[in-house]
Amino acid sequence: MKYKLIADIAKSLLLARWKQTLIAAVGVTFSITMFITLLSFMSGLNNMLDGLILNRTPHIRLYKDIKPNAQQPITLAKKRDTTYNFIHSIKPKRERIELFNSATIISALKEDKRVLGVAPKIATQIFYNVGVMNITGVINGIDIEAESKLFFFKDYVVAGNFMDLKNVTNSIILGKGVADKLMLNIGDVIQVTTNKGEQLPLKVVGYFQSGLLDIDKSQSYCSIATTQKLLGEANNYITDLQIKLKDVALAPPMAKEMQEKFGVDAIDVQTANAQFETGSSIRSLISYAVGITLLIVAGFGIYNILNMMIYEKMDSIAILKATGFSGNDVHAIFISIALSIGIVGGAGGLLLGFGLSSIIDQIPFNTASLPTVKTYPIIYNPTFYIIATIFSVVTTYFAGFFPSRKASKIDPVIIIRGK
Amino acid sequence: MSAIVLEAKHINKSFHDPITIPVLKDISFQLRESEFVSIIGKSGCGKSTLLYILSTMDTDFEGELLINNQSVVGETDAALALIRNQHIGFVFQFHYLLNEFSVLKNVMLPGLKLGQYSAAEVEHRAYEKLRILGIEKEALKKPNQLSGGQKQRVAIARALINDPLLIMGDEPTGNLDKKNSAIVFDIFKELAASYKQTLLIVTHDNEFAANTQRIIEMEDGKIIN
Repeated sequence: MKYKLIADIAKSLLLARWKQTLIAAVGVTFSITMFITLLSFMSGLNNMLDGLILNRTPHIRLYKDIKPNAQQPITLAKKRDTTYNFIHSIKPKRERIELFNSATIISALKEDKRVLGVAPKIATQIFYNVGVMNITGVINGIDIEAESKLFFFKDYVVAGNFMDLKNVTNSIILGKGVADKLMLNIGDVIQVTTNKGEQLPLKVVGYFQSGLLDIDKSQSYCSIATTQKLLGEANNYITDLQIKLKDVALAPPMAKEMQEKFGVDAIDVQTANAQFETGSSIRSLISYAVGITLLIVAGFGIYNILNMMIYEKMDSIAILKATGFSGNDVHAIFISIALSIGIVGGAGGLLLGFGLSSIIDQIPFNTASLPTVKTYPIIYNPTFYIIATIFSVVTTYFAGFFPSRKASKIDPVIIIRGK
Repeated sequence: MSAIVLEAKHINKSFHDPITIPVLKDISFQLRESEFVSIIGKSGCGKSTLLYILSTMDTDFEGELLINNQSVVGETDAALALIRNQHIGFVFQFHYLLNEFSVLKNVMLPGLKLGQYSAAEVEHRAYEKLRILGIEKEALKKPNQLSGGQKQRVAIARALINDPLLIMGDEPTGNLDKKNSAIVFDIFKELAASYKQTLLIVTHDNEFAANTQRIIEMEDGKIIN
């Protein structure tokens, strides 16, 4: 009953100055629109840029590093208190870079509930032979299905069918840069030499474009079996295990755990790509800061309009108080005015923000380095909308708070006597 | 003997800015039910100041004030607002109607605030008050479409809406011409005679005062008669 009365009075005061009210609401609408659009666009961009690297980066990579043995022979000798051993120029001994018990590790990982999937890989240096020239490169032997499922391999195959890598024997998917340099078309055959001197002809079944030029200029993909054949190794030869986790945040502790458990080297994505995390979080921070600044500016607009309204309506406030409205009632009236500006403006902003981001989402954005991206990237995240709603209500509340308090403190005697 | 509606006991008030000037000195008087009282005095004698103290809007004074046999000294803002809402009706020199609302709504507002009756009943009562004052035809107009005399009558209707113990007027005819003044005065007289309404009116119009039941004359912050 009383709330209804207060809402009624607030509404009448609002409508009496509807033009000013509209401008205040438009200010909020504009800032919420920009806030939503900015954040959606910025995080879309962040995701795209992170995806460029992180989508294809395993959360944990298991491998065998080439390094000197920590247990040198001298340490086996009895240690005396008065001596200390210095060993100069330690070299790693000749070691194989394969993961020894890869089959056991894979089956152990598949049992682990935290692991989303495992993709084995062989990375090896090779030469592409073109006429008399040898161009250095890297061949990644991959499990096509696992690689595609976990690391979106097929998104980056820009020509040819990625499954041909499995279905056609001795096939290769070339990096786009390599293919351009060697002037090879799909269906052509390329000669590849390993660093041990073995040579194998491979049939080109597709091109691959990652968006990172350096990678595209040197890397190519074969199936694991083809790579093992190329290297003359047995079919259990694996150099890397790429692990994708259900929760990427678990990667650092799990990497340590696997290192101890399997006796191999492990590196987690956070350690390997620390700079991407930093970049993303700073970009988000900037967009939040800009959005919030916009809202605060809109808040000042509301503050001004309410202040003017209170000066204009001094008489009305005085008479309301004289006829029995308490300071709290007057406060509630002006707070409701501020909040309704905020809520109406904010709701409009949410809609327009959604609209504007949808429009941006339709704008073509073609770039050679990003084959999977056709339009500007936008992320529709409900969190942005929730934050925008909360902020529009909170800022308008504070913008309304001080003018309302001033109105509630108006002394009716001074105004009535002043006439 | 009828009940005491309002009692002032030894009220003193001073303005402190820039130097302390006493405005009211030891004011004591009683107001009984259905009395029609006017306060007169020269400009600056403190009669308006006294009225605002009596109305509970000005709480900065010394002494004691009882409304309906209850002390109002030291009450909270909300409690005083309720007292004003329930027991006191105001008519000022200026009408102070809200132009955003219709005449009817202006009259209804204090009634809606009190919440004693439903909205429909308050509306019915508001119509009744307007009829008593002869302006029920203007009920749905906006205040700025009315003449000065009509506006003042609407203000009186607003003061009556909660059936207050007491109506206070601060120069209610001050802004009106002779004819309208006479109408407003007749309304007050009618209210006192037919409805046993207690009225306390501050005026400097001696002719107006002469027609009331009792005159309180003030000079230099004191009651002299």
